[in-house]
Amino acid sequence: MKSGKFWAWVVFGIGTAYFFIPLLATFEFSMRMRRGVHSFDAYQVVLGDPRFQATFMYSVIAAIFTIILGVLIVVPAAYWIRLRLPQLRPIVEFITLLPLVIPAIVIVFGYIRMYGSNSPLPFLSSDLGASALLVIGYATLALPYMYRAVDTGLRTIDVRTLTEAAQILGAGWTTIITRVILPNVLIAVLSGAFLTFAIVIGEFTMASLLNRPAFGPYLQNIGANRAYEPAALAIIAFAITWGCMSLIQILSRFAPKSANRPN
Amino acid sequence: MAEPFLSIQHVRKSYGTNTVVQDFSLDVEPGEFVSFLGPSGCGKTTVLRMVAGFEEPSAGKIVVGGKDITRLKPNQRNVGMVFQAYALFPNLTVAQNIAFGLKVAGMPKADSDRRVAEMLDIIKLPQMADRYPYQLSGGQQQRIALARAIAPKPKLLLLDEPLSALDAKVRVSLREEIRSIQKKLGITTIFVTHDQEEALSISDRIAVMYGGRAEQVGTPFEIYNRPATKFVANFVGTLNVLEGTVTDAGAGRVRVNSQEVALKGKLNGSKSGDTLSLALRPEAISLARQPGHDTSLSGEIAEVHFLGSVIRVRVGIGGNTVSLDTFNNSTTPPPAVGDKADISFSSGDMLVLH
Ligand SMILES: Nc1ncnc2c1ncn2[C@@H]1O[C@H](COP(=O)(O)OP(=O)(O)O)[C@@H](O)[C@H]1O
Ligand SMILES: [Mg+2]
Repeated sequence: MKSGKFWAWVVFGIGTAYFFIPLLATFEFSMRMRRGVHSFDAYQVVLGDPRFQATFMYSVIAAIFTIILGVLIVVPAAYWIRLRLPQLRPIVEFITLLPLVIPAIVIVFGYIRMYGSNSPLPFLSSDLGASALLVIGYATLALPYMYRAVDTGLRTIDVRTLTEAAQILGAGWTTIITRVILPNVLIAVLSGAFLTFAIVIGEFTMASLLNRPAFGPYLQNIGANRAYEPAALAIIAFAITWGCMSLIQILSRFAPKSANRPN
Repeated sequence: MAEPFLSIQHVRKSYGTNTVVQDFSLDVEPGEFVSFLGPSGCGKTTVLRMVAGFEEPSAGKIVVGGKDITRLKPNQRNVGMVFQAYALFPNLTVAQNIAFGLKVAGMPKADSDRRVAEMLDIIKLPQMADRYPYQLSGGQQQRIALARAIAPKPKLLLLDEPLSALDAKVRVSLREEIRSIQKKLGITTIFVTHDQEEALSISDRIAVMYGGRAEQVGTPFEIYNRPATKFVANFVGTLNVLEGTVTDAGAGRVRVNSQEVALKGKLNGSKSGDTLSLALRPEAISLARQPGHDTSLSGEIAEVHFLGSVIRVRVGIGGNTVSLDTFNNSTTPPPAVGDKADISFSSGDMLVLH
């Protein structure tokens, strides 16, 4: 056996252990609710809790709207910047990074001041308005990931030449976006969507300060008051994440492979 | 001359204060194959992109088939284009790529399938219909790109350095294939290249471009044998340049390194004492006097390169070096560096470069 391969396996083993041992420990702990034996009692309690179901559904719906909003903003913007305004790219990249630098708490205090019930745009005066504001805030938080994912997807194709090739063959903008650009960046869009989903499901600050019945505040509440349920919740959250990832993997099989470009 | 099919009239293009195409005019006859030849950055692509509609001319107009298309969008022009970077749609199969323009035009599926099969036959890749672009070599991809461009029967075919990303062997065979398909379909074509051999070998006419202008437009024979400017003479083919001083303008006599040569005509516009450049193609010169050679210059062998069937010899004449090729001959050894040598040529082959 070559020593390079051996060391590769050692590193792989360490990585796997680092990743799985805490997970296994959490899993084991989550099954100790009933004294003396291993059981799924904690899971039953968590899944049977109506507040779990309600807050989880709320966050899933918020995530879906966030993804739709994010895709509608980011895909055309990233496409147009690559096609027509490449000189703006560094600036846009910087702007999309701001949500990583500015704490969510700052953004949300800004929102509360700007959109309070006696402001010209009183988002916060109704439940629906507050939820809409939450989705907008989430889209902002997800921006760095969504933009980067889509932009990376666009980088694997020659946006400008493909656009021009389609144009000279008679295609208009709708045909170009739906038949040429979107199919080629679909997987990137999906991975952006997945990251957005992961962020939204666990988000605490915004949901809590806007007083929304989301999953994040619920998790926090359970975590602070119970022993075994938080461990069960962590495992459930992990399973959901894992499920999303497998879905992406399956979908990416259908992704168009990019042709080798001329060197 | 027949009515031109494509007429580019006094077209200019500026980006800000930078003018990259200046007063470019060209008439192309129906079915003609015209190459734009010039060094990188001379504006070839820009002119082509204005014909395609991707750039709007700052001035001038472009007429196709009697119709002014200067302000039309690219998707309204019915022009086919092949890009340097293949530009096949990676998510579509070969057949879907070729059918793209047909589908956009609303052609029924059955007709479109027939046309795709026809195209695959023309480019000699009939078994590739269901492959994806990433499963094809560069040469194959570029042939598919050609098929995709001509499938909707465009009025005009534009090719922007379609061969420059391919390796040398494929480049030669594909350029001949492009030319034969173009002849068979009779499609008016503009072919952009920076490779003079490519342009000389396949074009009906060549527009040699430099600094955003057409320096000369003519057949390959004219461009090579009667270059209109110093730039054309230097860019197309190998050229030996001898610096000389005019001794008698009226009689056309010039001194090169203290040896006098007589030109075929008078030197209009020059006077004694002026310096000028005389140019000679390597194939016009030989080491032994040939029939018809009326001029010779003596010098010294500076370099000898044995290339197999051909031996390239460089002869120093004062400050000038002249390249010439002699055929290999198994009974005569090649000249040696340092030997005295006389080169001879016909005075009619000398070009005066201004
Ligand atoms: N969009 C543009 N903006 C500014 N300058 C450009 C643009 N496109 C081309 N140029 C300039 O125009 C000149 C000619 O370019 P191009 O037509 O691509 O040359 P060629 O195809 O002969 O190599 C180059 O100097 C290039 O830098
Ligand atoms: Mg070019």
